Amino acid sequence: MGKAIDAKNLNIYYSSFLAVEGVNMTIRPKTVTALIGPSGCGKSTFLRSINRMHEVIPGARVEGRLELDGKDLYGPGVDPVGVRRQIGMVFQRPNPFPTMSIYDNVIAGQRLNNKKMKKDATDDLVEQSLRGANLWNEVKDRLDKPGSSMSGGQQQRLCIARAIAVQPDVLLMDEPCSALDPISTLAIEDLINELKMDYTIVIVTHNMQQAARVSDFTGFFNIEGTGKPGHLVEMDETKTIFSQPKEKATEDYVSGRFG
Amino acid sequence: MTIDTERAQQEKVEPPTGPVSLVRAELPRWAPYGILVGSLVVVGVLLAVTGGFSIGLFVFLSAVLFGLVTYLISRLVEGARKATDRLVTIVVTVAFLIALIPLISVVITVVTNGVARFDSAFFTESMRGVGGANDLAGGGYHAIMGTLIITALAAVMSIPVGVLTAVYLVEYGSKSRLARAVTFFVDVMTGIPSIVAGLFAFALFALFFGPSIRLGFAGSVALSVLMIPVVVRSTEEMLKIVPNELREAAFALGTPKWRTILKIVIPTSIAGIASGITLAIARVIGETAPLLIAVGITTGVNFNPFANRMATLPVFAYYSYAAPGVPREPYLDRAWTAALVLIIIVLVLNLVARLVARVFAPKTR
Repeated sequence: MGKAIDAKNLNIYYSSFLAVEGVNMTIRPKTVTALIGPSGCGKSTFLRSINRMHEVIPGARVEGRLELDGKDLYGPGVDPVGVRRQIGMVFQRPNPFPTMSIYDNVIAGQRLNNKKMKKDATDDLVEQSLRGANLWNEVKDRLDKPGSSMSGGQQQRLCIARAIAVQPDVLLMDEPCSALDPISTLAIEDLINELKMDYTIVIVTHNMQQAARVSDFTGFFNIEGTGKPGHLVEMDETKTIFSQPKEKATEDYVSGRFG
Repeated sequence: MTIDTERAQQEKVEPPTGPVSLVRAELPRWAPYGILVGSLVVVGVLLAVTGGFSIGLFVFLSAVLFGLVTYLISRLVEGARKATDRLVTIVVTVAFLIALIPLISVVITVVTNGVARFDSAFFTESMRGVGGANDLAGGGYHAIMGTLIITALAAVMSIPVGVLTAVYLVEYGSKSRLARAVTFFVDVMTGIPSIVAGLFAFALFALFFGPSIRLGFAGSVALSVLMIPVVVRSTEEMLKIVPNELREAAFALGTPKWRTILKIVIPTSIAGIASGITLAIARVIGETAPLLIAVGITTGVNFNPFANRMATLPVFAYYSYAAPGVPREPYLDRAWTAALVLIIIVLVLNLVARLVARVFAPKTR
């Protein structure tokens, strides 16, 4: 588990509109990489292109190469469904399935893909995933309750448990804490630190303190103006980006003098 | 922009004198009821004195007087905003009561006329051999069974077609040309008069079996022509309100699209879909015209919708009333009871729809 991602000259389009241009990025296995930048600069689009989730929008396509441990994710014959089984995702708003219990939510990935599992094995997987998401102690007595009965922070950790239950190689997080209070945010940040033992994590965040706290590497995306494509300005170790970035634009953004 | 600033400046010129009071004069709680009783008494006395008393005039004049007096008093005591609020409340309530009049009137008429023959014979006997000197009790058993069989067949045909069409429109078609064409034709189908649906079904079967053909299945076809657009519309609305985030969550777990629809989208919206379908069934079960043409009427029990005529409750009620035998009375009684049974079936279906919605709804606690 934990694989490397390589973007080589990646252009991302929505129909004819070029949303993100010329991204070259190497994400090392078992690290946390934060993507920062102003709204609309394409960092979420880039994140979603890693597990081909942006293709949910009709007309979305990419040019260039995106590799997972050297294997082209957009090569001919590559099934996006297969890609998503290896690259999990956590969304901005917690989205547990409302028709399922906490237990069923955790193993939703298995159930939805019709994997037959023994009862013992499922129980173990649920416990292991919930422990992995630091949620086991809070919910172990009410696994049969619906997922929507929990607090927002718990729901988000349930979504993380659901994502890691399918045992992906990479975990993508699209602003996972933006709908949460500071205490839940702290719980998730601690969790990210533990998860990077096993997974490669890419996180999009608007909160620069969060990027500084949780990530090993940081990529700064920017946009020239509305209608122009977003691009990767700079990527480096997090402490370099926040102390002595090479680009003026990065320095302005991380020090709050942007715009 | 400039106008706003000017207005603001004008307002600044005259600052309110003294502190603004938050307390306003208010009519007492009982005022509306007092005014209502007052108007009823005044109008009643006036009409009695002039001698032109009638219920309709009494209610109408009382409502008008009640509205006017409330508005004026409230305007004097409470000010224009509250007065308008009270007037609009009265208008809305009166409109609601007017809308209720036909409903209550129909229910009362049907129940009072239909209860006479609402007996066990009605539910166990057909009309075979009934009439003339040989007048037995007779009943609507054959019509009840016919209605249930034909409607069930129509539902069996319409539900898969309607639900799958809605799934296509919401999940696959999005804004494609085909999806827009389907939406357009579904809208057109919603407006088809039921007699046209009946003629269509009859013409279709007459094409194969000759013009004397009457059979229950033709009625089912006619009913499903009416039912499909209703099912498509309601299912479409229900699928649309399933949050996109749930679909994305399933996709991100590596779930194929068809499984996402089957296991996430439809279970999340099943409550609305099920109640929409039940209401669609309730909508077509009382159709008369298409069954009149395509199915005809018979006096005996016929459980086979693929051969010969069948009786149905609406057509049974129509023929019993339009062409009664001699003596007339038993036929008219049976017609009313048929109508009553039909209303009860629709009522039960509506209750079932609510129950279904409650049972299937996603639980939050």
